[in-house]
Amino acid sequence: MEEVIRLAHGAGGRMMAELIRDLFVPPLDNSYLRQMADAALLELGDARLAISTDSFVVRPLFFPGGDIGSLAVYGTVNDLAMVGARPLWLTAGFILEEGLELEVLAQVVRSMAGAARTAGVLVVAGDTKVVERGHGDGLYINTTGVGVVPAGVEIGPEHGRPGDVVLLSGTIGDHGIAVLSQREGLGFETALRSDSAPLHGLVETLLRAAPHTHTLRDPTRGGLAAVLNELAAASGVGIELDEAAIPVRPAVRAACEMLGFDPLDVANEGKLVAFVPEEEAEPALEALRSHPLGGDAARIGFLTDEHPGLVLARTPIGGRRVVDMPPGELLPRIC
Amino acid sequence: MFSFRSPDLARRLLETIRARSTRPVRLMEFCGGHTHAILRYGIPALLPPTVELRSGPGCPVCVTSAEDLGQAVALALLPDIILTTFGDMVRVPGSRGTGPASLAEAKAAGADVRVVYSPLDALHIARQNPSRKVIFLGVGFETTAPMVASAVLVAEAEGLENFYVYSTHKLTPPATRAILEAGEVALDGIIGPGHVTTVIGANAWRFLPEKYGIPCAVAGFEPLDVLQAILALVEMAEERRPAVVNAYRRSVTEEGNRPAQEAMARVFRVVEASWRGFGPIPESGLDLRPEYARFDARRTFPVEMPPAREPPGCRCGEVLRGVLFPDECPLFGRACTPLNPVGPCMVSAEGACAAYYRFGGRERWKK
Repeated sequence: MEEVIRLAHGAGGRMMAELIRDLFVPPLDNSYLRQMADAALLELGDARLAISTDSFVVRPLFFPGGDIGSLAVYGTVNDLAMVGARPLWLTAGFILEEGLELEVLAQVVRSMAGAARTAGVLVVAGDTKVVERGHGDGLYINTTGVGVVPAGVEIGPEHGRPGDVVLLSGTIGDHGIAVLSQREGLGFETALRSDSAPLHGLVETLLRAAPHTHTLRDPTRGGLAAVLNELAAASGVGIELDEAAIPVRPAVRAACEMLGFDPLDVANEGKLVAFVPEEEAEPALEALRSHPLGGDAARIGFLTDEHPGLVLARTPIGGRRVVDMPPGELLPRIC
Repeated sequence: MFSFRSPDLARRLLETIRARSTRPVRLMEFCGGHTHAILRYGIPALLPPTVELRSGPGCPVCVTSAEDLGQAVALALLPDIILTTFGDMVRVPGSRGTGPASLAEAKAAGADVRVVYSPLDALHIARQNPSRKVIFLGVGFETTAPMVASAVLVAEAEGLENFYVYSTHKLTPPATRAILEAGEVALDGIIGPGHVTTVIGANAWRFLPEKYGIPCAVAGFEPLDVLQAILALVEMAEERRPAVVNAYRRSVTEEGNRPAQEAMARVFRVVEASWRGFGPIPESGLDLRPEYARFDARRTFPVEMPPAREPPGCRCGEVLRGVLFPDECPLFGRACTPLNPVGPCMVSAEGACAAYYRFGGRERWKK
C-alpha cells in the first residue's frame, strides 16, 4: 500500500516533523529554510527582514474567543514575533467553497481588519480562489507576514544553552479545548475562551528586560510538548520540566481528564515559551507578568547538557517521565 | 480538581504504601486509561519494590479481534458505505493479505472511513447522507456500549433507515475472569476500571474476592486515585481480607448507572466474543438483539473473510494478558513504534506498549 497523507501529518506532532524533514526540506534546501524557525530571517542591506507564512483551516470558523479571521492575523504575527521581529505587513489568500454565505465571509474579513488594527499591521495584498462545493470546508485562509528585526536581537530555535531557564507566558490548552468544545458529540460545555492574541508586544516587553533571550516559540498545534521537543533537538540540549509549575486552568484540566488528553499536547494561540539565561530569568519573568498577556507567566524548567534532544518532566507527584512529541491527532479515550 | 494531584497527599500515600507493604504483590490495572496515568505520572518508580504493576486487557482497540477488523475493512470497501468509528481504530494494523490491512489503508484506497468522537456523530452523518449507508464500528466496553445503544434507539425513533452498527463491544468482568482462570500470571489484586464501573457498579466485581480470593479496588484516573487504590489493595493483601473497595466514590456507586445498563440490555444481548490475545471468551461480548436486526451491520452486509493472522513477531497477546511487560517484546521500540506500529498495543493511546514507549516506562531513558 502506498503511503498517503493522513490527518496526523498536519497535527503538529512527530509525523509532521518527519514529513517536513524528509519530504520538503531536501529538494528545497537552502540556508534560510535550514533555519527551521517560525520565520525566516533575510538580510537586505543593513536591515534584517523576517518572513513567515501560515494557513488556517480551523473548524468551526467561529469559536469562543476568536474566529478564523483573527487567528489568521495573529498566527502569522506571532510567527514573526518568535524571531524577535516587529510585524509590519501581511498578505491574505482566501480559498472559498462554493456556497459559502457572503455574510460569513464579510464577518471573517471584518474580524481580520480588527485584528490587524490591534496588532498594528497592514494587509497589503490578497488573493481569492473558489473551489467547488464539497472541496473545501467553507473557508481556508493563508497569510504571509513580513517584519523587521531590530539590531542586536539574536533569537533562534538553535540558541538554547544548558543552564537556560524555560519560561512560559501563561496557562496552556485554552485554545484547543475552547475550539474542541464547539465540536459536536463531545458532550461538554465550557466557558473557556481561546487565548488567540498577538504576542509581539509581549516579546518587546520581554526583550527589554532580558535582551539576551536565546529562543522564543509559540506552542500552537502539538502544544507545549511538541515545541519543547523541537527546540531540544534544534539546540542539542535536554530539557527538565517541573510539571507542577506549568499553569493550567481548572476547566482545561477537567476537560483533559474527561477526554484523556494531556494539556501539554493541546494547542495555544496566545502563549510563548522563552529560553532565557539564568541571570536574566527573574527580570524576564517579572516583565512577562507585568504585561496583560503574561499575568500567569511561570518558570517551568531548565535546559541541561544531559540527555540532549530529550524532554523529561518531574511529575506533580514526584515521579519522572518522558515528554514525547504528540504522535498525531488528539483522540478521546474510550476506556 | 488540583487536590487529586496534590504532591503532599501523594507523598503521604506513597509513604503509607511503603510502610504497609511487606510481602510482594503483583497488581493488574485492567484499564488502559490507568496504564496511561500510571506511566504518565511515573508511578512505578515511586512504589516500593514489593509492589509490581501489570497492564491488563483494558484497551478496547487492542482487544478487537483481527477477524472483526478484517470484516470492518471489507465493509468499508463495499459501495455506498460510510464507515465511522473511533479514531484509534483506523490505524490498527490487521491481517496482511491481498487487500488493505487497516481502515486507514482502506481509506487511502478510496473507502469512505470517518473518525467520529461519538456514535451520535455517526447518526448525524447518516441523516446528512440519506443515499449512503452509514455503519458505526462499535468498539469498547461497558463505557461506550450504552452510547451506541442510545444511538440505535434514536435511529429507531427517527425511522432512520441507513444507520447500522457493527458491534464488537466487550464486557470487562469475563475477560478478568479469563485471565484468572488461565493462571498464566499470578495476581494479588486488581485495579478496577473507573469508567466501566461507573456504568456496571462496584458490585459487578464481587466475584473477584468471593470466588478467587483476590481484592479489587476501583480507581479514577488521577494519580491520587490510582495511589489510593494501590494502598487499598496492599492493605487487603497484607491482611488477607479480600474485598471490593470503591476508591472512586465521586463517580462510582455499588449499583452503577441504571439507565445506561437498561439501554444496553434493551439493544444488546450477551454472546461469546473473540478477544485479540485471548481467543473466544464465553459471555463476554454484546451483539444486537434480533429485534434490532435491521440496524445490525453483521446481518445486513455479510462478508466472507479468510481466517485472519496476527502480525509476525507481535506479542500483543501476551502484553494484553499481563504475561509480558511491553518492553520485553523484542519488537518494542525497534521494529514497533507509535509511528510504525506492528501490533494494536502500540497504536492506541490506551495501549500498554504506546504508554510505555511514550512516557519512557520503567525509566527507559536510563538504558
